[in-house]
Amino acid sequence: MIFKLDYFYILLGLMLAIIAVLSFRDKANPRRFTTGLFWALYAVVYLVGERLPPIVAGVIVILMALVAGLGGVKLGHYGTFTEQERRESASKLGNRLFIPALTIPITTMIGSVVLKNVKIGNLLLLDPKNFTLVSLGFGCVFALIAACWLTRGTPAQAIRESRRLIDSIGWAVLLPHLLAVLGLLFTASGVGKAVAYLTTSHIPMDSRFIAVAVYCLGMAIFTMIMGNGFAAFPVITGGVGVPVLIGVFHGNPAVLASIGMFSGYCGTLMTPMAANYNIVPAALLELPDKNGVIKVQVLTALPLLAANICLMYFLMYR
Amino acid sequence: MHTAVNLWPLIGVAIIIVGFLLRANPVLVVVVAGVITGLTASMPVSKILTVLGSGFITTRNIPLIVLLPLAVIGLLERYGLKELAQTSIARIKSATAGRLLIVYLAVREISAAFGLTSLGGHAQMVRPLIAPMAEGATENRYGVVPEKVIYKLRAMSAASDNVGLFFGEDIFVAFGAIVLMQTILRGEGIEVNPVHMALWGIPTAICAFIIHAFRLSRMDVQIERELGQQTSKVPAAAAGKEEIR
Repeated sequence: MIFKLDYFYILLGLMLAIIAVLSFRDKANPRRFTTGLFWALYAVVYLVGERLPPIVAGVIVILMALVAGLGGVKLGHYGTFTEQERRESASKLGNRLFIPALTIPITTMIGSVVLKNVKIGNLLLLDPKNFTLVSLGFGCVFALIAACWLTRGTPAQAIRESRRLIDSIGWAVLLPHLLAVLGLLFTASGVGKAVAYLTTSHIPMDSRFIAVAVYCLGMAIFTMIMGNGFAAFPVITGGVGVPVLIGVFHGNPAVLASIGMFSGYCGTLMTPMAANYNIVPAALLELPDKNGVIKVQVLTALPLLAANICLMYFLMYR
Repeated sequence: MHTAVNLWPLIGVAIIIVGFLLRANPVLVVVVAGVITGLTASMPVSKILTVLGSGFITTRNIPLIVLLPLAVIGLLERYGLKELAQTSIARIKSATAGRLLIVYLAVREISAAFGLTSLGGHAQMVRPLIAPMAEGATENRYGVVPEKVIYKLRAMSAASDNVGLFFGEDIFVAFGAIVLMQTILRGEGIEVNPVHMALWGIPTAICAFIIHAFRLSRMDVQIERELGQQTSKVPAAAAGKEEIR
């Protein structure tokens, strides 16, 4: 392939390295050295990447977790425009300001749909395993060019501004990594088997409705524990779905799989373990409560879970 | 004392639950849970560090989606993108936060169902455009909006993005989840047509839209009840609009 995802890892790594230096020098940040250290370590992860020996990366993770967990990552001073200046600039630039913002999703879409299998010579244009992310990377680069041209800002200024946003995410940036790893550790140590054993051996599933409810609730709860439905599906489907709902009650497997996975997604809406959907956005939107997004999602997720149980009960045995 | 299933790994799950209930720092909770889960599966410390490290490196793709757009979004925010989003929604007299988010939910869910999952996202759409528009629409109606309501609007904007994405993308036949389900059922000796799985997702997708849209319209009613009395105040966004024209 011609364009690899690695290029964008390096780009982000450079961005983080500059942010680390800016943090070290930010005298308004009460924890400027630990904040700088945190972003410097993270820059190393992106810049060196797979060439880093796994055990060294493991030590970096523990270090970053300690710095973050003990309150070492704090906000600094960013020299932003006042609201008055921003309003004047908005009225001067007008709707053109939307163009760079929309460039990211549009480029990503075009890249991942149209350029997916395009070849130049014998080489694929985009990394086939990561074509969406590579397209997103290009979207960001094009958008940055457009934004600099439009606002007369510079890439250096863009990085200074991104520090304001990245600092507001702060330690939450670690969670998606850590939770994915925790999911692997859970799988490797047999948490799934233990949960399936507990549910199947302690709940009587001789009624069809109870069996359906146990399957859907099991998907939701196990997704909440693991942080994603993909990890829950094999465990709960293998433990309850296939032997009971299909084996004993002869249900339609397409309905089982489809609504089962959606029940898992109801769990995703309710768990801090799905950090990239729930915790990182809360940080990005500067909510004082990191669980703020989850709290508003619970009232959508619970009725939907109930709806799923009914839908599965009625559709599976038509 | 010999059971067929080892229940010790569940300690990791318990640590997570207790940690979140005690509101300890999630990063520390997760690291402790991970290390202890590894120990219960009798992994040596060096092995745990290796698993942590290699997992950390291979999951670099997840934060990339959020972090890389921030340079552009930051620059555009400096030059007034949020303010522009707020004033442009203020021109639509009938706009309310709830109605705006219902439209966004519909667009997000339908485009995800056609496989266009990148037409949204928290860093690219919600923070720079959708949340400011929801705030702008509300400020335009009721003037100064209390912080509590602002936070609620932002959280609901993020929630609408999530609900639209999750319950739309599973209807798309080529989506990873469908392939995963097919592979796992095949492993159990059951052959399922992916198109059928995608189609049976539609009733839930419709329910998800109805339930969340209902909640968004309830949010409008609630905001009206809380802030309806103070409409006589000068709307904040309208005051700014004078300069925009």
